[in-house]
Parts: sequence; structure tokens; C-alpha cells
Amino acid sequence: MKCQSCGQSATVHLTEIVNGKKKETHFCQDCAQQQQLLKQQEMNLTAILQSVIGQHVGGQTDELSRLTCPSCGIKYMEFKAAGRCGCPLDYQVFREPLLPLLERIHRGVKHVGKIPAHALGHAAVQTELRDLRQQLRTAVEQEAYEDAARLRDLIRQKETADEPG
Amino acid sequence: MNLDSMTHSSGEWLRAFGPEADIVISSRIRLARNLSSFPFTNRANTHQKAEIETYLKARLEKLEFDPRLVYLTLANLTPLDRQLLVERQLISRELANSEGPRGVAVAPNEIISVMVNEEDHIRLQVIRSGFTLDEAWQDADRLDDKLEERVPYAFSEELGYLTACPTNVGTGLRASVMLHLPALVLIKQIEKVFRALQKINLAVRGLYGEGSRASGDFYQISNQVTLGKSETTIINEIRDVIPQIITYERQARQTLTRENHAQVLDRVKRAFGVLKNAAMMTSEETMDLLSSVRLGVNLGLIDDININEVNDLFIHTQPAHLQKILGKELDSEERNSERARFLRDRLREIDGNMN
Repeated sequence: MKCQSCGQSATVHLTEIVNGKKKETHFCQDCAQQQQLLKQQEMNLTAILQSVIGQHVGGQTDELSRLTCPSCGIKYMEFKAAGRCGCPLDYQVFREPLLPLLERIHRGVKHVGKIPAHALGHAAVQTELRDLRQQLRTAVEQEAYEDAARLRDLIRQKETADEPG
Repeated sequence: MNLDSMTHSSGEWLRAFGPEADIVISSRIRLARNLSSFPFTNRANTHQKAEIETYLKARLEKLEFDPRLVYLTLANLTPLDRQLLVERQLISRELANSEGPRGVAVAPNEIISVMVNEEDHIRLQVIRSGFTLDEAWQDADRLDDKLEERVPYAFSEELGYLTACPTNVGTGLRASVMLHLPALVLIKQIEKVFRALQKINLAVRGLYGEGSRASGDFYQISNQVTLGKSETTIINEIRDVIPQIITYERQARQTLTRENHAQVLDRVKRAFGVLKNAAMMTSEETMDLLSSVRLGVNLGLIDDININEVNDLFIHTQPAHLQKILGKELDSEERNSERARFLRDRLREIDGNMN
């Protein structure tokens, strides 16, 4: 879809019903701003996110809708609807559709800021802890209290070991 | 920490001390952080949120950091106390009104607060009076380092700090400056300033953040981009644009005193007269009138009250503050008459001290 004003690719689509007739107009970001179509931009971040996410995955929705995060269980479609990730792993699981979205929001896709001193060292232990917590929840749900107690101790032990100082 | 004692002062963000404090009210740095091994708050169940809170509370309370932080469990506070913390800008409205295990670690001087189980597990904030973004960033950076020694953050080399909302990913940094811009509003140039700011990707919000209206002519200017730029670059971009806005506001103030002296004087005096005599007063109207009085004091048009007293009135007439000061819960109509009475009494007292 091309912008009616300047011919660049259109990202803002307006549908108006005038006297019962449907009228569609298409603009690129800059022209839409000039036309003051984007005035309410600040009002509803979620709606904007959704529309941006929608534009970027339009053609590949079928494939994507099947993507599910193994850690938090969120489906790509749920992320799309809410505009919020479910857990840190989602950034890996939904990486492909997320990158164009991030490019759009930030005009950048690579972190160049602060790097925490310990985070990367923590990572391995944390993955293990995440799995252990999941096992613990299952154990509690199944009322396997002996297993649960053992897991709880193991988690405490690993948590303390992972804390410097 | 005694919340009732908070109502004796105006808190850090309205202390209006520091560089350019007649226009720049306060500077704020916010960092969004998450624990790597839990789902984000929106996806966590009550049990997980409780685990997150217990985990972070223990570490925040033990943190070797000066000033020491005091942890408040929000589920244990009354709605009024939570609202008090919102008015003092120590927690967000969203955190105050949400459900489940959540809290905030606060430094007694109210410069630092760390929200737990907001949209992100950790929302660390430093707020300082005046135009002091660099100092605020240094505090936030130092606190963040300390916390990170104890708490494993969700971080990716490629995308930086991972946040619930993709709009915060990367640095997780929101730098903002709160400005009082009554003259630009009066000469109807404020929209022009906003449009210019939006063009360079900066956001403009009202007093209490997202979606709130700019009551009292207070405006927050903040960055929107968090990924692909370093913290220093983001902060510098805001810091560099603020002096221009200050200049515009000063020019607008000059224009007003030069060309519309009588009208401005009338506006200021009327505002003061209404504040001193009204029998019912909403919080919105109070903010708008106090804004005119604040402008009047800064322009030297009125000497019945000083700037600190005006700043105190801004915060003390907010709904929760008013109820805490009066020591009782009031419905909105009662508040409006009590607020008017409070203003009459305070202004008479101030008047008495001046003479």
C-alpha cells in the first residue's frame, strides 16, 4: 500500500463512513502527522502497539499464531492482543516478529547501554532455578509433599549459592 | 516509616530547590528491571507474585546503600495511604490501584523509591528537585549496581534489560523533567512546543504520568526510545532540549509582563483572592489557581506569599494529603469545602506572618 500523498509505503490507514459511503485513505507516518491524523497517538499506547504489531505480522499470522513460549505458556496471539510479553524468554521465542516491531518503536534493535556486571554469569543458574521452581509447583499441585520439600531445599541452596557476598 | 509525618513537608519533587527551580520542578530517572527466573508481573499468579515480593523485599531491606531503604507492603496499607504515596510521586497510580502482593522500598528523604510488582518486577526511581538529571542518573546507576549484585536481572546481550512491554526494552530507562510552564500556556504557544518535542521523539505528559491532564500547568518531558541508545545519550538528548524550553517560557513571561501587565496582574490577584475566599474548591481548580499565583510570585507581581508556601499548598490540597492532614476520611463534596477552608486558614496564617 502506497501513501496517497507522497508515494512511500503507507502505514496509517483511515476508514471514514461519509453519508453511508466507505472512504479509505492511506498515508505514511510523516504525511499522517502532517494531516494531524496521529494526534491521539499518546492516548492509547496499547492500541497503537497492537496496530503496529498487526502491521508487521499480517502475512505470517498462521505460522506465528502457533508460537507458544515453553516457559510462561503465552501464545504469540496473546502477546499481540495485550502488547505485553509474559516472561523474559518471550524475547527469544518471538524474536523474529519482535525485531521489526522494536525497530519501529525505537529505530534501533541492538542494546548499546549499560551491561550489568553479574547478569550473564547468573544466567545458567537462573535457568536451572526456573526449571526447579516449575517442578516444585507441579509437586505441590500433585500433593507430592516429600518431593516438594526436597525441591524447596534445593532451590534455597541454589539461590544462596548464586548470591555473591 | 511513618506515613503521617510525610504530610508535614512537600516531599522532594515539589521542594523546588536547585538549578532553574522556578521553571524546572524536578528531574526523574526510572529504570525498569525484571528477575530472570519469573514470568513478568502481568503473567505471574498470586503465588509467584508473593514469591517475587518476598525475594525482593529481603534484598532491598538488606541493601548496603546510603540512604537505607524502608519497605512498605502495599497490600497492608489503606487506600488512602496508597493514594498519599501516589501524590508524593513515590509510586504509580497503577501500582496503588492494582491487586495482589506488591510494594515499594522508599528512602526516608523520598529521593529514591523502588516499586515491586509494577508492570515490571522492579521499577527503580530517583527523583530530585530542580534541573538535576545527571545527579539523579548517578544515584539510580549506583543503586542499580548494588541491587544487581544481589538480584539476577533478566538481560540479553542483544536486547539489553528485558521488560514486560517492548517499549521499555534495552536500557529500561525513562528520564523525565517536570516543568511549570504557565506563561507558554497563557500565550497559547504550548502546543507548538509539544509538536517540536514530538518531532524529536520526546513525550509530553501531565503531572501524574501517562494519561493524566496537565493540571496546574505542570508538564513532564521524557524520552520514548530505550533501545539502540546509551543511557548517557538518552539523558543528554533531554538535558539539551530543556534549556530551550526554559528560554521560551522566560520569553513568554517577559512578553506577558511587558505587553499584558494589567491582565496578568489581574489574573494573579484574582486567583489569590479566590483561593483566600472560596467556600468550595476542587483539586483541579486549586491547581489552576495556584499555578497563576506561582507565576505571580516568580514575576514579582505578588508578595503576599513565598514560593515554598505555594509549593506546599500544591501538595497539601491533593485529596489524600488533605484527608491525612485533617485526620479523617471525606467524600468528594466534603473534601471540596474542607479544601476551601484549609486554603482560607493557611493563607490567612501566611498573611499574618508577613505583616
